[in-house]
Order: sequence, then structure tokens, then C-alpha cells
Amino acid sequence: MERVPILKIGDILLVSIQVDMSDQTALQLQEDLAERIVATGSHGVIIDITALDIVDSFVGRMLSTIASISKVLDAETVVVGMRPAVAITLVELGLSLNGIRTALNVERGMELIAAARSDEFEEDDQLDDAADAETTASP
Amino acid sequence: MTAGVDLGHPQAQAIQSDEDVVRVRQLVRTVAVAAKLSLVDQTKLVTAASELARNTLVYGGGGTVEVTTVDNGRRRGVRILFADSGPGIVDLDLALTDGYTTGGGLGLGLSGARRLVDEFEIDTGAGKGTRVTVTKWAR
Repeated sequence: MERVPILKIGDILLVSIQVDMSDQTALQLQEDLAERIVATGSHGVIIDITALDIVDSFVGRMLSTIASISKVLDAETVVVGMRPAVAITLVELGLSLNGIRTALNVERGMELIAAARSDEFEEDDQLDDAADAETTASP
Repeated sequence: MTAGVDLGHPQAQAIQSDEDVVRVRQLVRTVAVAAKLSLVDQTKLVTAASELARNTLVYGGGGTVEVTTVDNGRRRGVRILFADSGPGIVDLDLALTDGYTTGGGLGLGLSGARRLVDEFEIDTGAGKGTRVTVTKWAR
């Protein structure tokens, strides 16, 4: 069975799928990614599907599952590089790719992850500020 | 019976494993390119073939596929026959409903594949196996 390599670039894991995956290879990737997210403490996963001719319901479900697993492990997933013909086919097939963020290419995917992280930090800051305010208000 | 004359010999492929489903996709892609289907139509046909080949493997317990180039006098097309001698489908209407599954999938395989092709025929019943024939015509 072939295995899809997972690369670590800074805080992000990059998966570029270059082979026509068998269902077993897709399931293996799902497990490998979950392990690597925890092992590296990465906060973002980019899945590049530029080389994929098709995304059928099995691979579509794998992408959704990876996004859900990453979320639970505190990482954002962005799927990048979907071909136009693949997008048209996916919609007609009836697959909505729920919960999956997409971007046109790897660069935009990285921007999206960076933006999502900084939003979170801002929210944290606001919470901290609110907590500080309460502390100072009480005598 | 669907209109159209077979051109040349059908190309056959056994479906007994995960890797065979990948081979079916590659075979259908090759024939669809030779029949001059557009890129979007190739993508739709290969996606439909992937869903149906997986069904043959998972629900039919394995089977065979035959891919043929056809010509109806006006247009060329690709016809694919999936055959298995598995348990067959008892309630076909239900099996063709979006979201219905007995196998833990998304329930889009059969219904989605039907939307992606121009002609879809299915011959099945309890205990008599399943034969699915799909055709996609070049535009």
C-alpha cells in the first residue's frame, strides 16, 4: 500500500496528495495525520489536492473527517488546489464537504490558517481584558 | 435497451480489491480520453465509475467491470458495465435515495453516480446479483 507523505513547515503540516489513493491509503492518511498533529503540536493542516483527477464520496468523507479530527486536536484544516472539473463533479455528486475550509492554493491556505489563529488570539486577549477589568473593578 | 453500437472489444477488469478500484478509475479515464469526452465529462464518468466499482467490491463481494466505446451514429460515448453475483438489492428505490446506506458510507454512491452519467440502468433483485450499466456521451 502506498503512503501519502506529511511535511512539517513551521507550524503547519502540508499534505500534497500525488497518487490515485486506494481507500486503504486514504484511511491510513487520516490516522497518520492525527498522530502527526499531536506529535508536532501543529495548529494548521493544508491538504493540497491539485494533482487529484477526481474526489469521490470516499475521499470527500475522508477530507471532512480529517477536518473534524484536526478541529478536536486544535488545528485548522484547509483544502487547497481543487480543480474546476472536480468542484463541478462534487456538487453534482451531492457532496457538500461540510466543515471544510478551502483556498485556491497553498499560499492562500497558509494565510487563512494564520488569520484563523490570530482571530483566536484576539478573542483570548479580549477575554483576558474582560477578566482584568473585573478584577480592577472589584475593590 | 440503450441505443448505440459497440466499437471494438470491451476492456475488462476484475474488481476484487481496493487497488482494483484504482485500476477501474484509470481504465475508465483512458477510454474516456480516447472517446474525446470533455474534461468535465471525463471527471464525472471516472467519479461515477469509482463509486460503482466500490459498490461492486463492498456490497457485491467483488465482480467485474467492462468498459466499451460506443457510437450512436451522432455521438461517441463510453459505456461501463459493473457486474457482481452478490446478494443483490432488495429495495431499489430506497437504495437510490440520497443518504441511504447499509454500509456506513455517505449513501451517495448509487444516487450520485446516476446524476453524473447520461444513461443509467440497473438490473438487480434479492439473490440475483447486481448489474449496473452507465453511459456518458461526448457533447
